Amino acid sequence: MTDRTVKMIVGLEVHVQLKTRTKLFCGCQTSFGDEPNSHCCPVCLGLPGVLPVMNREAYRLSVMAALALHCTVAPHTKWDRKHYYYPDLPKNYQISQYDLPLGSDGYLEIETEAGRKKIRILRAHLEEDAGKLLHAEHGDYSEVDLNRTGTPLLEIVSQPDLATVEEVRAYCMSLRQIVTYLGVSEANMQMGHMRFEPNINLHITENGEKHATPIVELKNLNSFRAVERGVAYEERRQLAEWDETHSRMKAGTKTTRGFNDSTGETFVQREKEEANDYRYFPEPDLVVVEPKPEWIDELQRGLPELPLEKKNRFVTAYGLSEYDAGVLTATIEMARYFERVAELSAAPKPAANWVTQGLTREINTRGLSIESAADFPVTAERLAELVKAVEQGTISKTIGDTVLSEMIDGKNSAAEIIAAKGLAQVSDTAALERMVDEALAANPGPVADYRAGKKQALGRLMGAIMKASGGKANPKVVSGILEQKLHQ
Amino acid sequence: MADLLELTATEMTAALERRETTSRDLVAASLARMASLDGQVHAFLSTRSEAARKEAEAIDRRRLAGEKLGPLAGLPVAIKDNLCTSDGLPTTCASRMLEKFHAPYDANVVEKIRAADGVIVGKTNLDEFAMGSSTENSAFGPTHNPWNLDLVPGGSSGGSAAAVAARMAPLALGSDTGGSIRLPASLCGVVGLKPTYGRVSRYGLVAFASSLDQIGPFGRTVADVALMLQVIAGWDGRDSTSVNRPAPDYAAAVRSASAQGLRIGLPREFFAAGLDAEVERLVREAIAVYEKAGAKLVEVSLPHFAYAVETYYIVATAECSSNLARYDGVHYGHRTAEPSDLIEMMSRSRAEGFGPEVKRRIMLGTYVLSSGYYDAYYLKALKVRQLIKGDLDRAFAQVDCLMGPTSPTAAWPLGAKTADPLAMYLSDIYTVSANLATIPAVSVPCGFTAAGLPVGLQIMGDVFTEDRLLAAAAIIERERQDWQRRPGMLAGDGKAVQT
Repeated sequence: MTDRTVKMIVGLEVHVQLKTRTKLFCGCQTSFGDEPNSHCCPVCLGLPGVLPVMNREAYRLSVMAALALHCTVAPHTKWDRKHYYYPDLPKNYQISQYDLPLGSDGYLEIETEAGRKKIRILRAHLEEDAGKLLHAEHGDYSEVDLNRTGTPLLEIVSQPDLATVEEVRAYCMSLRQIVTYLGVSEANMQMGHMRFEPNINLHITENGEKHATPIVELKNLNSFRAVERGVAYEERRQLAEWDETHSRMKAGTKTTRGFNDSTGETFVQREKEEANDYRYFPEPDLVVVEPKPEWIDELQRGLPELPLEKKNRFVTAYGLSEYDAGVLTATIEMARYFERVAELSAAPKPAANWVTQGLTREINTRGLSIESAADFPVTAERLAELVKAVEQGTISKTIGDTVLSEMIDGKNSAAEIIAAKGLAQVSDTAALERMVDEALAANPGPVADYRAGKKQALGRLMGAIMKASGGKANPKVVSGILEQKLHQ
Repeated sequence: MADLLELTATEMTAALERRETTSRDLVAASLARMASLDGQVHAFLSTRSEAARKEAEAIDRRRLAGEKLGPLAGLPVAIKDNLCTSDGLPTTCASRMLEKFHAPYDANVVEKIRAADGVIVGKTNLDEFAMGSSTENSAFGPTHNPWNLDLVPGGSSGGSAAAVAARMAPLALGSDTGGSIRLPASLCGVVGLKPTYGRVSRYGLVAFASSLDQIGPFGRTVADVALMLQVIAGWDGRDSTSVNRPAPDYAAAVRSASAQGLRIGLPREFFAAGLDAEVERLVREAIAVYEKAGAKLVEVSLPHFAYAVETYYIVATAECSSNLARYDGVHYGHRTAEPSDLIEMMSRSRAEGFGPEVKRRIMLGTYVLSSGYYDAYYLKALKVRQLIKGDLDRAFAQVDCLMGPTSPTAAWPLGAKTADPLAMYLSDIYTVSANLATIPAVSVPCGFTAAGLPVGLQIMGDVFTEDRLLAAAAIIERERQDWQRRPGMLAGDGKAVQT
């Protein structure tokens, strides 16, 4: 085998559906899964004589996302028509932004095992979504559902800075995290709120000579897993193809491939020997958008703390591990929940442990989610009460786990459960001294071992006492008494 | 009363207020005139008789009850058939493509006419999708010029102009993308105004070229045009390009019209080769009237005028190729029978639904927007458009308005230019600049040729100076009183519509 290095080059185009009440150019409600064609009007149906009017909220959300991605917000942006004929596109052109996108030249910082890396963002622009074609099961026709037509999409295009599958995954997840933190998108993957289109090729250096394989664009991937698998497959496939054909990239051309979720393979959709001629030209029915600099500044100032910043703060302010801080900032809901528990219990580190361990375990087994507040039973207030009870020594950590489980299944507070079941720790010295005396009498072996210098024997004695107390003995008090008595 | 339809809209309103006539009678007269003459003129593609009668009667009852009525109360109004109406009449754009299309909504101007208590009596013929200068490109047959039925009425709003000239309706709406109101107004001897781009909402006007299209009124007199403009002008939240700026009192401007001190620019390029000698004489005579009345004449030059028609046909066809992409037989409009697949359904539906001129423009527009040609054609045209606008801006720094002919010739015979698209395109030579520059322009009658054909004087002004343009137009109207002259075909018809 020759001496060679292979470097994968990936750029991503991501479409993010914005969280607006109405569509991008008309007043129809944005919707999912409703009766086909029930959210349409003359404007989104593209009837003769209608005109689009820009949804200001969609533009505002887009600018927020562009700012969070460190993009320059264009002082002057416009709309363009992109032409292609397809039955789910009623005007046969899509209103998009061509040469003057609303945001450009930003970056997104990602984090992988290898560390942090800035992925440059080429541009971010707004456009309208198309409808859906439903192929009839019987009969040689298709049905068109235009509910989705005109839904606002923010397209975010990265530079080809991604070099590994891990980076691609980190980028996608990080982007989702940011748009949900900002509240600009629900980013619900099941509802297709995020669609990914990676452009992939390999740079192969063989015997000092550098070659690039033909660029492949994978279309319409709508889960993180599909992106990962699709990119990984392409990396292998392109290398195998290179070995077989030595086919090289031609300037300005790319092949479009689809991804088959069940086989995990990609397949050719269309060879783009020539770039499609979309006949872009400025949309004459819309006016140019010239945001005031003060308005942009105001949005910039109003940006919430972003995931990585929050993570850094959790590490430094609360003394959490990088790992825990990462888990706790994975979603804005999780981060908010944790901070509230930390604040109410005045015990951030234990609060972090409760959220990442006990709570996460309990809700996972029950299939609940902290992100859907509606069906999540343990409010931050309730968990904070439990954290406090453990921290103040009212109950032990172990009893705490039992209490938490009951809290999730019922409506009672930690205090109510502790009281009702008599779970409060015994801290009464007299009672505990009696227990210790009984344990010492019943376990002469460990007592002798301890006195002979085997300090680990203490654990066995502690265990016996805790067992005898039904877990309710306050371990701190017990261990004090125990050591005192052993040294007598 | 001899012939109700000889009254102008303003006079009809006065007669209605004095209870000398009723809306029912006016609308009945209008419908009767259409019934008796439109077989020859073919100004209308569809009419509303029963609904219009009922509306007229309801307005009469409201008037009797002392209710406050709108400014068009009880007046018959004709509207061009590229304006959407949801009242049961189709919106065909004179195209096979939309022959059976019924819009589910009303255009902004239609809403405004209804709100002003106007009575829509029918929808008028046009060149298919407003593409043409003679109304011969209608898929449903041409409109004939009421002054001579062998001649064209001009286009594309030929139906609206002819309807007003033949006294079928005192008021009409048209649309003007490169002269489509002014040219037929000139050839039919009526007043037609293209307002400033953004003055009137385009919502519900089936788009031909979005950056050029503007809806405007036709009337027999300047005052009537002012009345109609007042109703349709104004901002509309559904049209992002409409301008939020109060409309002045147009009728008041017309009443106080004076030529004293008016600075009139005469573009040298408007009086050059290609202009018919008789038209030139009548236009110059009209301008002399202004001078005599105290106006100051200033010769100006529009150096980029020579490129206006070319620029116009690039910009307009580019936008048209995009705007007409939606007619594919998928969602509405003509769909071919038994297509074998999707592509065939779209391409055959379009091939069957569009006429030759529309196809020519779609192809031209597709070409100028295509990759590799965009910069050389479309982008360059946009630059020249700015130069043309710059010429006009410089002129308006010197003068209050520009005057010249609306059309290089009076009406021409049907069929004379249909085989020669370029000759047809040159009919718009004096009108396209106003659309490219987004400025208002009016055509007002300024006499008749020896053959008895009307000739129009075009007055152009800076943006949002419709009030000054109408005032200026009123001066030649007052002097000449051409609006009283009746097309020969009306002789003897007056009796038929007496009520």
